[in-house]
This record gives sequence, structure tokens and C-alpha cells, in this order.
Amino acid sequence: MTEITKEIVAEHGLSESEYERVLEILGREPNLTELGIFSVMWSEHCSYKSSKKWLKTLPTEAPWVICGPGENAGVVDIGDGQAAIFKMESHNHPSYIEPYQGAATGVGGILRDVFTMGARPVANMNALRFGRPDHPKTRHLVSGVVSGIGGYGNCMGIPTVGGETNFHASYDGNILVNAMTVGIADTDKIFYSAAAGIGNPVVYVGSKTGRDGIHGATMASAEFDDDSEEKRPTVQVGDPFTEKLLLEACLELMATDAIVAIQDMGAAGLTSSSFEMADKGGVGIQIDLDNVPMREEGMTPYEIMLSESQERMLMILKPGREDEARAIFEKWELDFAVIGKVTDTGKMVLTMHGDIVADLPVAPLADSAPEYDRPWVKTEAPAPLKADTLPVPADLGKTLLNLMGSSEIASRKWIWEQYDHMVMGDTIQRPGGDAAVVRVHGTDKALAITTDCTPRYCYADPETGGAQAVAETWRNLTATGADPLAITDCMNFGNPERPEIMGQFVGCIAGMKAACNALDYPVVSGNVSLYNETNGTGIHPTPAIGGIGLLKQSSHMSTIAFKADGETILLVGETTDNMGQTIYLREIEGREEGAPPAINLEQERRNGDFVRASIQAGLVTASHDISDGGLAVALSEMALAGDRGATITLEDSLPAHAALFAEDQARYVITATAENAQTLLENAKKADVPLQILGTTGHNELKVTGMLAISVSDIRQVHSQWLPDLMTVPGH
Amino acid sequence: MKAAVIVFPGSNCDRDMKVAIEQSLGTPAHMVWHGDSDLPDVDLIAIPGGFSYGDYLRCGAIAGNSPIMREVVKRAASGTPVLAVCNGFQIATETGMLPGALLRNANQKFICKDVDLKVVGENKRFSGAFASGQVVRFPVAHHDGNYFADDETLARLEGEGLVAFKYADANGEVSDATNINGSRNNIAGIYNEAGNILGLMPHPERLISEQLGGTDGKLFFDNLVNSLN
Repeated sequence: MTEITKEIVAEHGLSESEYERVLEILGREPNLTELGIFSVMWSEHCSYKSSKKWLKTLPTEAPWVICGPGENAGVVDIGDGQAAIFKMESHNHPSYIEPYQGAATGVGGILRDVFTMGARPVANMNALRFGRPDHPKTRHLVSGVVSGIGGYGNCMGIPTVGGETNFHASYDGNILVNAMTVGIADTDKIFYSAAAGIGNPVVYVGSKTGRDGIHGATMASAEFDDDSEEKRPTVQVGDPFTEKLLLEACLELMATDAIVAIQDMGAAGLTSSSFEMADKGGVGIQIDLDNVPMREEGMTPYEIMLSESQERMLMILKPGREDEARAIFEKWELDFAVIGKVTDTGKMVLTMHGDIVADLPVAPLADSAPEYDRPWVKTEAPAPLKADTLPVPADLGKTLLNLMGSSEIASRKWIWEQYDHMVMGDTIQRPGGDAAVVRVHGTDKALAITTDCTPRYCYADPETGGAQAVAETWRNLTATGADPLAITDCMNFGNPERPEIMGQFVGCIAGMKAACNALDYPVVSGNVSLYNETNGTGIHPTPAIGGIGLLKQSSHMSTIAFKADGETILLVGETTDNMGQTIYLREIEGREEGAPPAINLEQERRNGDFVRASIQAGLVTASHDISDGGLAVALSEMALAGDRGATITLEDSLPAHAALFAEDQARYVITATAENAQTLLENAKKADVPLQILGTTGHNELKVTGMLAISVSDIRQVHSQWLPDLMTVPGH
Repeated sequence: MKAAVIVFPGSNCDRDMKVAIEQSLGTPAHMVWHGDSDLPDVDLIAIPGGFSYGDYLRCGAIAGNSPIMREVVKRAASGTPVLAVCNGFQIATETGMLPGALLRNANQKFICKDVDLKVVGENKRFSGAFASGQVVRFPVAHHDGNYFADDETLARLEGEGLVAFKYADANGEVSDATNINGSRNNIAGIYNEAGNILGLMPHPERLISEQLGGTDGKLFFDNLVNSLN
């Protein structure tokens, strides 16, 4: 037997005090298998030891929430006995090392989280962050991640309906790949993971277990250094066809009542799934590892327990239902093995070749995972950066074109054309708008889905940035006419052991909490990815938010496209002269400074409720939230989508570059017929919502009186070309 | 009229196909599992898109040798109309029901978008809703849609009016610029000699309502159902 030395403990990522705790819990030294289990269970990735204290403060309840954080995914009621089940998860570290497989298995993992709960996945989204566009690795990473996401979702036949992509130097050494899945289930057919029923069979289904991905969760809990390439073997390999079979087989079995509990094997594989199921049910589990389907001969208990082979599930069945279940999995040509049983011992006992290879108490291991109150320092909020400190560009038209062709704003079509975004036949708002919209199959309802975060705001002022990320998803859902329901969060940060990073985390959480409360928009699921650092440099704090909303009648959906000539264009919300952290400041002045746009959550709510009610009342013909690049960019995007121009006149109370490019929040552009525009003005006044007429749609240029006039086709040219140009390998 | 949709374990446009057929037909389509070797007696067989058996080998190669496809080939030979879309088209070429092969897209990437197609060959059953030369819009979603056939086959397809659709622009111009995936002669779909089999890469079943972005697919299925009734 391997002697457990200090070095071995350190290699497993356990601190000395954590190892002391292991000895205390066991009352003896662990063997290597047991140490490996502690190591993954107590990894940051699985135990949330640095983040738990703060995550607990987020609002998680609302009358429509069926299941909040803690299960495989969050569940919200969407009426008519149906629920939407969704979650977003990171796969950052693997995707940097092996972009195709890292991203693909990220999608596979989040899909399993959702169908484990009984839902048929209906949409995938993603939130991607890459390094600066001209970094030598960026093209390779973008190409690999995008094909990996597409490769998995396309084969599964789940539409990937949108997402967001940023480029910034802070991600040069640590890209972020956050994948989100939304599924639909009947509210009386939702499956949970708590094991129950002493003596009930523990069943393994799906792919065989191989040696891939061992210690993936531990890798995801450490910083990168120059040798990170050597971690390639810890990246798992995806098999979407097997996952498709697993999905269909699980849903077929779920239509019966044979399942007591079910959990996918994700990070930390069989270890984390079996411990979580036992812990939630307050029971023990005995597993005979000889019965685990294995891909290779001679695998050790350590390897079996820590493997992160993909496309596997663990289930507790009702007694006597094994044959019925086996028949379904055999029909789908998947492995099915009874590997153990539920016990009343409160222990996880693993045997192999007749020997006990691990004997661990479940509750202490799962519940006494270390929890840290890490020291943190508040990020000092910078002062706003007034527009009058910046020169007004001589050629504002050229400035707008620069922004439309910038890395932040240019079209992502090159990406989403590689994703099958229409399969399943219910995508009624495709990528490129404020939110994607998919119909709930066979009903007149639809779900709006979006992912958002503005990391540069979070870096400058975490609290404002955290609130803004939540508010932007809410605004994007609102702009489609949907009622926002809830969010999932994917918290991507640097090393939490550094107080300034921990301060970013604490600040973002505080902002998110305030926004969730003000907007009645709780967090129902999420994931934390820390240690996104390379050689001591952390990423911008990136609390990626995935929001979903409900359109009770899909015919009420609004899109960003100008619909007809001669319609009135209106601006909802107020514009200020703060240019801090704007894309304008970054692209035109080359500076990343100042305070991000302020958040006023009461105004956010009023403005959003007004826009949504106006859309649902049929008064609005197009709607778009204003975000990166400000009003001029929003108008340009509406013109591009509708292939028609607009003539705008702005009040001269603000400098031109602020009026056009400031990124003040809680703003929307909407269009209406001239008659309805008057009604909207009256309604807005009553609702205390700032609303002003900007101009009229029509012609083929975007014209802002006294400021700029550019043809829609010139805008389209710069907007559509940036990403394809970036991705074209020179010389080809 | 009765229709069957063949379902392989990795099919993923089977439901979309079913919905489109049923919208035009008004009665349920039979979903036929790949493991079954007997097909119900039907007037239309649809082979839908997807990744039949994972397609880690050549797309459709394994499906082309499946028991159910032997039955489909037999039915087709005796005149039953077959609509083979996307992966279905790939499978149909693997069985030899249609000539040529679908190679990896010229840009090596998956492509998902609406495309304009010029209606070329006349076939009342499959394209009777459209005039020859008309432009229709269906979406594509494939990684391997680059149609290849040797010169002789190509000449025969063109000469006998067996090219069904070509990738074109909105005005019906067929050029290299409109060739999205490198297909020879911009071919998006072809008929067999008897005219009872249509293989096409684009998905008519995806544009069957205004809400989905267009109705050319609905026109396609309405005509198909009417012509078989």
C-alpha cells in the first residue's frame, strides 16, 4: 500500500490543516483511494469552500421557484403543469488546455445536469471570454471552443440559440467557457438526487469508465503556470452520440416510476455523485467496484472513483425494477450495471476483488468540507469620467463605424452559424437579438433566454458590475416582451486567496443580490470557477448571468429589427455624461478608466416594466436594450436587423459623444406607429418613465441631425467583417 | 395518404420532420425505429436529419447498411416516394439510392443558416409548388454537405434534369459566391432517375410558419402531400 507522505497530500491539493481534518474524521490515516476522494470532494470546484459564505446571501426564492440552488439545476414554474429547468456551468480550465474537447464536454456536462432532473433540453447558450484578439493563442482557442460547442450540441440535436463573447487581455492565459442549458419538464415529473430506500439498488448507466479526466476537479481548482500544457491528460473526451442515447434512455425510464433518485457523474465522477446522493438522503451506499463497467483492464479503485469519463449517470431504483430499466438501456445500447445498494450505515463502503478499498463516513466528508471566510478588501469605486474631459471626435460617423467594427460590438454571426440554432423547430428568435426565444413545444408559450456580464464594469466597481450583469439579462428578456423569471450564475474569478480577488467576489455578490431583490428575479442555480489566474495575474471578475423569461403568448414577442418605414423611434431612460468604462473610451481613447454607468434599480424596474407592458399591449413594433456602445450602436443594430435606416434628432443638452455613446443603464430604444407613440408618451408620464421621441425609421442610412450620416450597408460591412477577418489565417 | 419517418438512434430532426408532415397531412406519421426490419405500408418515407449512429465514421456509412435501410431501398425501387433530408441524403448516397457523396464542407465548419435555392429540375411531386428557376429559402445545418459526383454522373444529372436545387442568391444567380459548402455545380439536392427519391441537404421542415421565419417549407410539404393523396 502506498504510504501517505506530505508530498502526496500536497499533490492532492489538500492543505496541512485540511489533512489534519481528514485524520480527525477518520481517526486513522486514509489510504490512497480515500485520500483521492477527500481531495476531489474538498476541492474548491466541488466544495465551494471559499464562496459558500457569500453565495448563501443571494436571494433564491419566489412564488414561481420550484427548486433553487443545491440540486443539479434550478427549476421554475412556467404554468400549465410545466417547469423550466436550467443552469450554467464553467468549463474554463479544460477549454484552455484542449479547446475542442474542453468546450464540448462542458456542453455535455450541463446538458446532463438538466436532463438528470427529468427535463428534455430545449436550448443551449454560452458565455465565452477570450484573450485580446491579437494574442497568438486567441484564434486557435476561438476556433476550437466554437467547434467544440457546436460539435456537441449539433449532434445532440439541441439548438444552441445564442450567447455572448468578449475579448480582453485579462483572459489571455485563462479563457472562460460557460455553458448553459434550458430544459422543459412536467412539474410532477421532476427528479432529484437524494438516495433513499435501504437496500435499493444503485445503478450505473451510460458509457464505460476509463482513465480520462482523473483529477479534473482538482485541476479546475488551481492556478495555471507555464507547465499547464502537461495537464492535457486531465481533460475529458466527449461522445455526444452516447449522450444522445443516454438522454433518450433516461427520459424513457423517467416516464415510468422506477427511479428513486438520479444524479449525473460530472466533476469528480463516481465519487461526487455517490457521496452527494448518499449525503442528501442521509444514508450510506455500498459499491462493488468490480461491477463498474470499465473501458480498460487493470483500473485501480483510485482511478475508478476519480475518473471523469463522460456520459455516465448514477441512479437509485425501486427494488425489483432493474429488469425493466435494463431493457430500456439495452435498447439504446448503453451499459447498465447494478453496482451496489443503499445502506443504513451512513458510510460509503467500496469493495473490489472482495477487499474493502475505502470506508468513509458520508456526512462528515460531505458536510464538514472546509468553509473559509477568506480575507477580502473592497475595490475602491473610481470617479465618473465626464464627457467634457474628452475631445468630441471630428467625424462622428467614422467613430460609430469604428465601434461597430470593434471586438466588443462586431457581429458574432461567424460563431453562431456554426451552431445548429434551429433544430427542434421551435426557435422563433434566433441569435443576434437581445435574447433568444424558443417556443415551449406544442404550446403557445415561449421562453426567452440570455446570458450577460460586462466584466470591465465588474473590474472597475464589482458591486455596480454585479448588479449590472443581473439587470442586463433582465432588460434583454424584457426587450423581447418576456416576463423575467430567474437566473443562473457562473461566477468566474481569480485566486480567492488574494484579498483583492476575494473583494471582487464579495462586491459582485452584493450587487447581484441587490438587483435580484429589486427585480424579483432570484438565483436558482449556479457554479463557481475560481483560480482563473496564470502566473499570478487574474481575469477580470466575470459573474456571467444566464436569465430566462416567459412569454405567455409567443405571438407577443418583440425583436430588435426596425419593421417598417415611417415609424416613430423613442428612447426610454436617461442619458448622462459619464463616459467611464465605455467601449467608446476603450476603442477611441484607448483608456479603460472611470466609474461604470451607475445602476438605479428602481428606475430599472420602472423602465423595464413599462417597456414590457407596452410590448405585451401591442403598442411596440421593435425594441432593443441599450448596452455596449450606447444609443448609436443600439440604433445601428436595429437598422441592420431591419435593413432600413433612421433619422434621429438628439437634444443638445449633452456633448455629442455622450449622447451617442454613453452606456447609461435602464435604457431601451423602441419603435411604434405615430399614433401609438402618443399613447406611449402618455403612459410613460403616468409611470414616471423618461420617454422621448428620437426620430423616424426609413431610408437606407442612419442619420443623426448635425452629427452623422452613414449608410446601413457601410455599417453592415464593418460589423460583419471583423470576426471573419480575425479568424482568417493569413496566407490562406 | 400515409407517411413514415425513419428514426435512427442519433436522428435529431425526426420530430421536426414529423411536425412538418403532420401539419400538411393532418394525420399522424408513423415513426419507424431503426431496429425494426418491417416498414408499414406507406405512401411516403422520410429519412430525417441528425447523426444516425453518431457518424464518427463517414456520415451515414453505418446507417446505409442497417436492416431498415435495406427495406427502404426495396420500397424505393418499387416506386415509393422517399424524401431524404440532410443526414437522410447522406444515408441515401451511402446505400446507392442516389449517386455521389457528401463530403466535408469546403470551409471545414458546420454551417447553419437560411439559404436561397434555385429550383432546377422539374418534379411535380417534390417541387410542384415552385416554378423552375424560382428561388426558395430553406435553412441548412450540416458539416458534410459538399456534394461530389464524378464528371460523368454530374453531366447525367444535369442533362436529365435530375438536379433538384442549387445554392443561389436571392435573384437566382448560381455562382461560386453562393456556393456555401463547395458542392459541385452548387448542387443542394438531386432526384433519382425514376424521380421518386429526393435527397437534399437543406431542411424544408424548418421553415413551415411565419413565426419560424418563412413558409417555403410549408409550401413544399403541402404540395408533396397533395400530390400523393
